[in-house]
Amino acid sequence: MTTHTAFVLNGQPVATEVRPDTTVLDLLRDHLGRKGTKEGCAEGDCGACTILFRRGGDAEAPMLAANSCIMSVAQIDGGEIVTVEGLAGEGAVLNAVQDEMAKNGSSQCGFCTPGIAVALTGLLARNPDPDEGAIHDALAGNLCRCTGYRPIVDAAKAAAARVRIEPAPAVDENLVTSHTDAGGATAHRPRDLRGLLMLRRDHPDAVLLAGGTDLGVPLAGYETRWPETITTGHVAELRRTDTGDDHWTFGAAITWEEVLDAVGQDYPSFATLIRRFGSTQIRSMGTIGGNIGTASPIGDGPPALIALGATITLVSLEDGERTMPLENFFLDYRKTQLRADEVIASVTVPRAKVGETMRTYKISKRYDQDISTVCGAYWLAMDNGTVADIRIAYGGMAAIPTRAPNAEAALRGKVLTPETAREAGKALAADFKPLTDWRGSAVYRQRVAANLIERLARDVAGETVEVMAL
Amino acid sequence: MNEHVQPVHRAVVGKGIAHDSAKKHVSGQAVYIDDMADMPGTLHAALILSPVAKGTLNGVDASEAAAMDGVVAIVTADDIPGHNDIAPILSGEPLFAEKALDYVGMPVGAVAAETFEQAVRAAHAVQLDLTEQTPVLDIEEAHARGDHVIAPQRLVSGDVDAALEKADRIVEGRLEIGGQDHFYLETQIAYAIPGEDGDMTVHSSTQHPTEVQHHVAHVLGGFANAVDVQVRRMGGGFGGKESQATIIACAAALLARKTGRPVRMRLKRSADMSATGKRHDMVSKWRIGVTDQGRIVGADVEYLARAGNTADLTGPVITRSLTHTDNAYHFPAARFVGHACKTNTVSNTAFRGFGGPQGVITSEAMIDQIARELEMDPNRVRAINYYGPDTGETTPYGQPVEQNRLVEVTDLVLQSAQWQHRRAEIDAHNATDPVIRRGLAMMPVKFGISFNLPSLNQAGALVHVYQDGSVHLNHGGTEMGQGLFVKVAQVVAEVFQLDIEAVKITATHTGKVPNTSPTAASTGSDLNGMAAFKAATAIRDRMTPVAARHFDVPQDEIVFREGRVHAGNRSISFAELARMSWAERVSLSEAGHYATPKIHWDGKAMKGRPFFYFTYGAAVAEVAIDTLTGENRCLRADILQDCGASLNTAIDLGQIEGAFVQGMGWLTCEELWWDDKGRLRTVGPSTYKIPGSRDVPPDFNVAILESAPNAEETVFRSKAVGEPPLMLAVSVWLALRDAVASCGEPGLSPNLRTPATPEAVLDAIDDIRARSA
Repeated sequence: MTTHTAFVLNGQPVATEVRPDTTVLDLLRDHLGRKGTKEGCAEGDCGACTILFRRGGDAEAPMLAANSCIMSVAQIDGGEIVTVEGLAGEGAVLNAVQDEMAKNGSSQCGFCTPGIAVALTGLLARNPDPDEGAIHDALAGNLCRCTGYRPIVDAAKAAAARVRIEPAPAVDENLVTSHTDAGGATAHRPRDLRGLLMLRRDHPDAVLLAGGTDLGVPLAGYETRWPETITTGHVAELRRTDTGDDHWTFGAAITWEEVLDAVGQDYPSFATLIRRFGSTQIRSMGTIGGNIGTASPIGDGPPALIALGATITLVSLEDGERTMPLENFFLDYRKTQLRADEVIASVTVPRAKVGETMRTYKISKRYDQDISTVCGAYWLAMDNGTVADIRIAYGGMAAIPTRAPNAEAALRGKVLTPETAREAGKALAADFKPLTDWRGSAVYRQRVAANLIERLARDVAGETVEVMAL
Repeated sequence: MNEHVQPVHRAVVGKGIAHDSAKKHVSGQAVYIDDMADMPGTLHAALILSPVAKGTLNGVDASEAAAMDGVVAIVTADDIPGHNDIAPILSGEPLFAEKALDYVGMPVGAVAAETFEQAVRAAHAVQLDLTEQTPVLDIEEAHARGDHVIAPQRLVSGDVDAALEKADRIVEGRLEIGGQDHFYLETQIAYAIPGEDGDMTVHSSTQHPTEVQHHVAHVLGGFANAVDVQVRRMGGGFGGKESQATIIACAAALLARKTGRPVRMRLKRSADMSATGKRHDMVSKWRIGVTDQGRIVGADVEYLARAGNTADLTGPVITRSLTHTDNAYHFPAARFVGHACKTNTVSNTAFRGFGGPQGVITSEAMIDQIARELEMDPNRVRAINYYGPDTGETTPYGQPVEQNRLVEVTDLVLQSAQWQHRRAEIDAHNATDPVIRRGLAMMPVKFGISFNLPSLNQAGALVHVYQDGSVHLNHGGTEMGQGLFVKVAQVVAEVFQLDIEAVKITATHTGKVPNTSPTAASTGSDLNGMAAFKAATAIRDRMTPVAARHFDVPQDEIVFREGRVHAGNRSISFAELARMSWAERVSLSEAGHYATPKIHWDGKAMKGRPFFYFTYGAAVAEVAIDTLTGENRCLRADILQDCGASLNTAIDLGQIEGAFVQGMGWLTCEELWWDDKGRLRTVGPSTYKIPGSRDVPPDFNVAILESAPNAEETVFRSKAVGEPPLMLAVSVWLALRDAVASCGEPGLSPNLRTPATPEAVLDAIDDIRARSA
């Protein structure tokens, strides 16, 4: 029996019967006639498809920019979407962002423009007075090939304090379902952990879908289909953050945007890394559990979390919970400890303590929204000026994100100086055998991974070590 | 003197009027081809692409694909009723592979289905029976094997060997210059709609509607008069939709012919980046003779360009590299040679600058190397080698360097950028900072405007005035975002002295204005603006006598101003005069045609005056590099660009800023990376990194040179602007070299390939440190 997916689009309730593994972009363009939202890349990187989104059950949450190209209909039930056609609200033609963009020469070919107007509206509705850095953060997920961005940034400044998003009526709860069947595909949307685990046990082949920022790419490329999906985004237990005095426990479906809000005070360097992690569009959908579960060798979350000594809790119906250090979770390329009947329940991250230092450095071809060539993460406990304890973890250096025991050993008990750091960098040669690919050669990776330890020493000593700090 | 040279009163031209589609862009209402409503029966199409870089195609098994949901038709080379050839200049460049598979991504056929998704899935399901062979991927290997798509081009002047013999010193160098994907946000697309009698209407996202028209006609085995190509707007072009758009349009038209149904074909980003050409990567090598004072006496420069599998536009691209190797500098003797290397990679094509950027960066690399090896100030070496303003020096191809503004633009930009002060500051910083080094550089650009091929330097426009005084404007130029439509509308509004809103901008349409030249080589407003000017002027000149009779005054007392037509203190509205003119049976329609004067070019001898005029610009860039990681950033850029008397200052400013940032991308973060099987692995924005908003210099000062009307009779004395400022980004690369040089001994010239990714910068640092040790 065909069942629908219900959501609010530009303030109006919509019930659609398309397959739940249809992308939201295709739903908007091909089924609902909203042609303002564009496909530029179908991999969540260019932002031409940007919409504002609030998931079902998160009525208090802000509407955040998201990439409709890699979002599936399975994820929007009970949620709310604003497209470029809905930015100005009823009756109005342009909102302040759109008006300033039109006046400022912020568009040339215009193809990226709707996505940019949406992304900036999302920013200004949340932050009426953004500084330049916040504007760049908001634009990190939007590429413009024509303008050189200056007039876009100027338009954002000019529109500050004049943008709001009209509140929309909530989706009629009677229309919200925990299950959609349409066109031969099924989406299950469990509301609690037990429901999730039962589905996981009963449908071991189903795609377990968190934010979809990784899994959604082949879907958007029409390279795969998901006959059966189980989404985690509505599972109450997975959407919780427990903040203690000495730790946070993030439910697996906590998004990186939410992690960013939590960790920024304790770990500014980690927050900087998270801000470079995809874009607002990606962080508003991508989850901490998904980033770990997808087990990419170049994911930016795991190195930092391993350096911080995070633990991960897995859960199944059969065996209940088991908790392990995150570094033990990864086994080999895209292989983890997660069993077919298990899900990631949560990640526990120690909070900052006096005497400890944490830094992360990400090397990529572009500062914003790029995938790491090398990502280094460092945690140090100092005692009388010497390194009492240390954890160094890297992404991009091996098939899995992993620690660098030789480099750590070279620094333990030493005073951290550029010289000792260079020695540790030499020791790092025994820790990794990186690959050559389009992000960088093996030689470069090895060299930079070593040099980043020198950067750490200089950084901790108070030197300016990054060109972006200038 | 013509009126367009010294207008009495300018009401519309020269103003910073917004892009005509700006409000539609920001509201999502601008219609791109993929946004057009489907006509009944519309099918959607996708290309079948070669998975190998070199091979023989033995057969195509489409049985599985044909049986898939929604699939209606599959075509290959065998289904082409006309010529399987879409070469823009030469011949033998197939739409679909016949026997030879020449690159990964080469179109082999196409699938039409009820939905786009079905078409893409079916295209992936088509099985190719092929025999794989070993590809040639490296341009130097291809050159050594003698694999070229065309004969070498040689631009020679004076006796180079004698000059090098007599020189005080010889400077030798080599530069690897990376390619660049256009990354227009709208991927290639066309919508072909069959009509009666074999007619075909094609909505194509193309810079060259006439080429699409001709190739569609010939692929279908008919004549151009049966094919109507329309282009309202592109979501970016940058040269990538000049010859390449024919692939998509012809495939769509072929499927439309076969099925009798409208067919829309678009490329997914990865297919677009695999199947269509890019900016040519090149290796340039030089031997320059200089005096001990840094004066160039002669140079031997050679380019190896990656043509890819076919010639496409590689010939004229190399011509432009050769004719821009001088950049701003006088070479008393020159031998500039370009080789078009044939490799099993996608055929490279036009890209903003069209070979000019590779020439200019080579020129600047030579100057910078001379300065470093002679331990001279690079700007001093530049200045003593500039074409003199009054020396009568000609370029190596024989064109006098007129309207020479090199000293003016470089002095002004050095001043506004506070060069002296910042040079000292940066040197002081570099003397002490152990990790972060800074670099500073200035460079000029002299760029020749006109197509090298004289026949392309023509344009048509069609202007109608209706009885209500409204104006319909059509011309052969296409709108890819650059603001051409609003500029040409300004010209027409100016002629009639109407508000810009009175001029209706319409889609480019081969049925209205035929035999169009591509909107390329920065010439869009020069050519089409002048054609429209001529059409509008002719109509106005026919309306003037009507007004003179009405007011009973001599014609020279009739003045068009502010939407009205005046005779002394009496006036009527423009609309009233239009109605009167109709009533008097005066034609209110005109097809204007313009051909650029003065130009000529002997392609064999490589001599002549290929360019109507030169345009000038200069930039200063400051960068910082991290010597531990190679990460780098442009902190400040100051730009001054000559736009003649700008037709639209807001549009021109946008072109300058956008071109500069695109040029920065080419030279820093945009890296095309092929694996050893010849597969391009950077086929989307997750792996191919164009600049983002934070990459724009935080201190970005862009100015248009004031009071500099074009000395040539261009439309309202304006100058072209689309391409020249892209090359100003070479200043960023020079500044990176400057920063790298600070890591080595004086007298050493850095070896910094492009794109200057963090890895390339770190390699250059290692290299110069090794040479210093």
